[in-house]
Amino acid sequence: MILARFLGPRVWLLVAALLAAAVLVPLSNLWLPADHPLHVPSHIVPLLGKYVCYALLALALDLVWGHVGILSLGHGAFFALGGYAMGMYLMRQIGPRGVYGNPVLPDFMVFLNWGELPWFWHGFDQFWFAALMVVLVPGLLAFVFGWFAFRSRVTGVYLSIITQALTYALLLAFFRNDMGFGGNNGLTDFKDILGFPIQAGTTRAALFAASCVALALGVLLVGAVTRSKLGSLMTAVRDAESRTRFIGWRPEYVKLFAFTVSAVMAGIAGALYVPQVGIINPGEFAPVNSIEVVVWAAIGGRGTILGPVVGALLVASSKSYFTAVAPDTWLFVLGGLFVFVTLFLPRGIIGTIDHGWTGWRERLKASRAAERGAGAPPAAPPQSPGDLPSPAE
Amino acid sequence: MLRQLRLCLALLLAALALAAPAHAQGPDIAAIVAKLGGKISFPDTEAVIAELAATGDPAAERPLRALAAGQLVWRDGDEAVFIATSGAEPTPLLDPVTGADAGTAPKDQLNKIRIKNSIRTAVDDALAGLTLRADDPAMRRRAAENLFAAADPEGIDVLDAALAAETDANVRAVMEQARAAAILKSDRPGADKEAAVTTLTARGDRPALNALTAFAAAAPAGEAQEAAARGAAQIEQTIALWGQAQNIWYGLSLGSVLLLAAIGLAITFGVMGVINMAHGEMVMLGAYTTFVVQEAIRTQVPWLFEWSLAIALPLAFLVSGSVGLVMERGLIRFLYGRPLETLLATFGVSLILQQLVRTIFGPTNREVGNPDWMSGAFQFGQMAITWNRLWIIVFALTVFAALLFALNRTPMGLQMRAVTQNRKMASAMGIRTPFVDAMTFALGSGIAGIAGVALSQIDNVSPDLGGSYIIDSFMVVVFGGVGNLWGTLVGAMTLGIVNKFLEPYAGAVLGKIVVLVLIILFIQKRPRGLFAQKGRFVDA
Repeated sequence: MILARFLGPRVWLLVAALLAAAVLVPLSNLWLPADHPLHVPSHIVPLLGKYVCYALLALALDLVWGHVGILSLGHGAFFALGGYAMGMYLMRQIGPRGVYGNPVLPDFMVFLNWGELPWFWHGFDQFWFAALMVVLVPGLLAFVFGWFAFRSRVTGVYLSIITQALTYALLLAFFRNDMGFGGNNGLTDFKDILGFPIQAGTTRAALFAASCVALALGVLLVGAVTRSKLGSLMTAVRDAESRTRFIGWRPEYVKLFAFTVSAVMAGIAGALYVPQVGIINPGEFAPVNSIEVVVWAAIGGRGTILGPVVGALLVASSKSYFTAVAPDTWLFVLGGLFVFVTLFLPRGIIGTIDHGWTGWRERLKASRAAERGAGAPPAAPPQSPGDLPSPAE
Repeated sequence: MLRQLRLCLALLLAALALAAPAHAQGPDIAAIVAKLGGKISFPDTEAVIAELAATGDPAAERPLRALAAGQLVWRDGDEAVFIATSGAEPTPLLDPVTGADAGTAPKDQLNKIRIKNSIRTAVDDALAGLTLRADDPAMRRRAAENLFAAADPEGIDVLDAALAAETDANVRAVMEQARAAAILKSDRPGADKEAAVTTLTARGDRPALNALTAFAAAAPAGEAQEAAARGAAQIEQTIALWGQAQNIWYGLSLGSVLLLAAIGLAITFGVMGVINMAHGEMVMLGAYTTFVVQEAIRTQVPWLFEWSLAIALPLAFLVSGSVGLVMERGLIRFLYGRPLETLLATFGVSLILQQLVRTIFGPTNREVGNPDWMSGAFQFGQMAITWNRLWIIVFALTVFAALLFALNRTPMGLQMRAVTQNRKMASAMGIRTPFVDAMTFALGSGIAGIAGVALSQIDNVSPDLGGSYIIDSFMVVVFGGVGNLWGTLVGAMTLGIVNKFLEPYAGAVLGKIVVLVLIILFIQKRPRGLFAQKGRFVDA
């Protein structure tokens, strides 16, 4: 009861919707006849599951961007690392059924004439170990990276560029064959997960349900964190980092916490994503992918919990639509979305619904005023959670 | 003994040639070649070859080549010598010296002059000796280089003779080196060999090193052998030194490319604090402008092709600059003070520009030609330097100097610096900061366009061209620090050289990763770059 009031009705509605989807979509797919109007076709289930994983990724990014004001352009890296950890487990599950029939080595290692398994592949035949790595690897990378970055007060665009460099470096590294992660082709050709055939309808339905549950848990977690006292501190760090420091808090620890939790969430999203799409390759590290995540959060509305989820579902499904109907136009649409959202919908869809639309003329006036008057907040009242960090240069 | 005989013969022939100028040298060659007629032994054949070689007359080349090819025949009866290129019946004959038609003869009356491998070698040596006397210095030099590679003791005399006649100092040096290499393989006394070692050490390249190490390993211990070992070590050192120099050169070349790509970014970021993610696409637009200009020139005025880059430069500046101006006026000015959103919006613009170019020009690489003065390479010491790299370094430094001048010596530059240092104060002093912003952004974009012209010469012109430079450019700006052009210069050159020095140890990709990690660590130490702007400020 207290928790219900603490999180607010919107979070609970979202969680309820997700759990309903986790039950209803698999039921409709498996039990309803194919010609029933409410039947969800089998090829749609993993697609929906993919979108749900994207939504979790967007939610993770929003935890650091919307609530703490760190624009990470490298969240795709954490997502891909989680995905690779899961992919390694799935590769080990293939066993002797690979093309070369080697009971231990994955096909690409046989192809490269490797004699034995590299040390970092050991243990991935156990699901619990892979699951641990899904959490640990992105979390540890984020912790170490954040420790260095936040401690030396790398902020703003500098941090964004460095996170982009991080994912770019990983992209280059994973493209190398001798890294031991399948190089260009990545990991694919999976057979089973936990003993169930990965292509089967029931497995896919279960993976979809698992993704929904993971997203629901993520929503609860972000909701709980942001409504707690720590959440207020996060808002303080986002809106006035120096002031927060001057009154005695340590903003770097707040940031480090949010960044690490966010990376772990992204890793879990990646781990759920890989068995549903059936492949993980270095392309997931591409800087463009990470930036696409940013646009999901921006379109839905930063710092609104519901926003990134809605944004990810909307943009990802329209991407599927556009790349199928007119593949050449997708980049125009995506680029246009970036420009449109930053100019006309700076609070995103959900934020605009919450606060009403301020015309761009008013905002131009406000930003001019901000340029003239020292550090006045540009557009909206500062107490609103969807507000942007004020520039004050 | 034979040698003296040959010398005597040569002197005799020379005297004959002097005594009978009307005959010139033609008859002499013909007379010597005639000696090959009739059944003669291999040693006699070799003696004739030596005789021919000693004339130093290029006319001896034809019979010698024919002999080595097994085409020299003599006729029964008069034992006259001819060249027979075919085995037809009757066989057509050619004069061995002039190559003129000499009628035909029945096949069974012709006897081939027998040869074996040693004869072929003798002919080769003789030919090398002959080309050592060619009129063209380049040909003489090439012949000497061939002899250097062969390092045959038999060639020493030929070289001695050629050296005596040589006037060109460069060719002479090569001949002396060839002679030294041959001496090391001969049974000459130690003093000669020591002199040879000195000559080879002075040459100081890899073939000389090989000759010296081979000698040092094979020769009995002695002063010459020790000198050779010392010389080899010394050469190894110089070669390593040149290797470093070559690495630095490659690094400077990469650095100048980075400098070109990053310098416009440094201006927009430094002056306006705007991260322009579409900067790489401005570079790409410049490269495509070059492509369009070259296409137009190819179809309309082909003779202008050598000037195509000079024509493309201002056009690329205008194209990218005006796109930048439109971007600033239509988009970025609404987002001042919100750097993260500027980053996102400009990224959207970059996606649109990329797709636009892909739609218009297609997704594949476009061919941009190099004018003559940009292609080819030359040798500097032990380094190979390509002209296009050299020109790009020169060009990058020129652009840098021009920009430095524009920023430090023009009224507009003064206003830009004022806005960079204190926007509000500049505004209070009557500087129209929005106008300065627009001009700065256009300038930065235009410079990116110019960079695109240069990069079109060394990189693939494709819609993805910009994307491959944008992260490197940001690294340069972040490393060098904003608001200071010198920081950009030092940052670009440092990154270029470090990259190239890491490559041999770590490979190209891993080297790049190491550089990225190093920059991330460097940012820890100096979050505002190498040349941070001094001043009092609190961020956020």
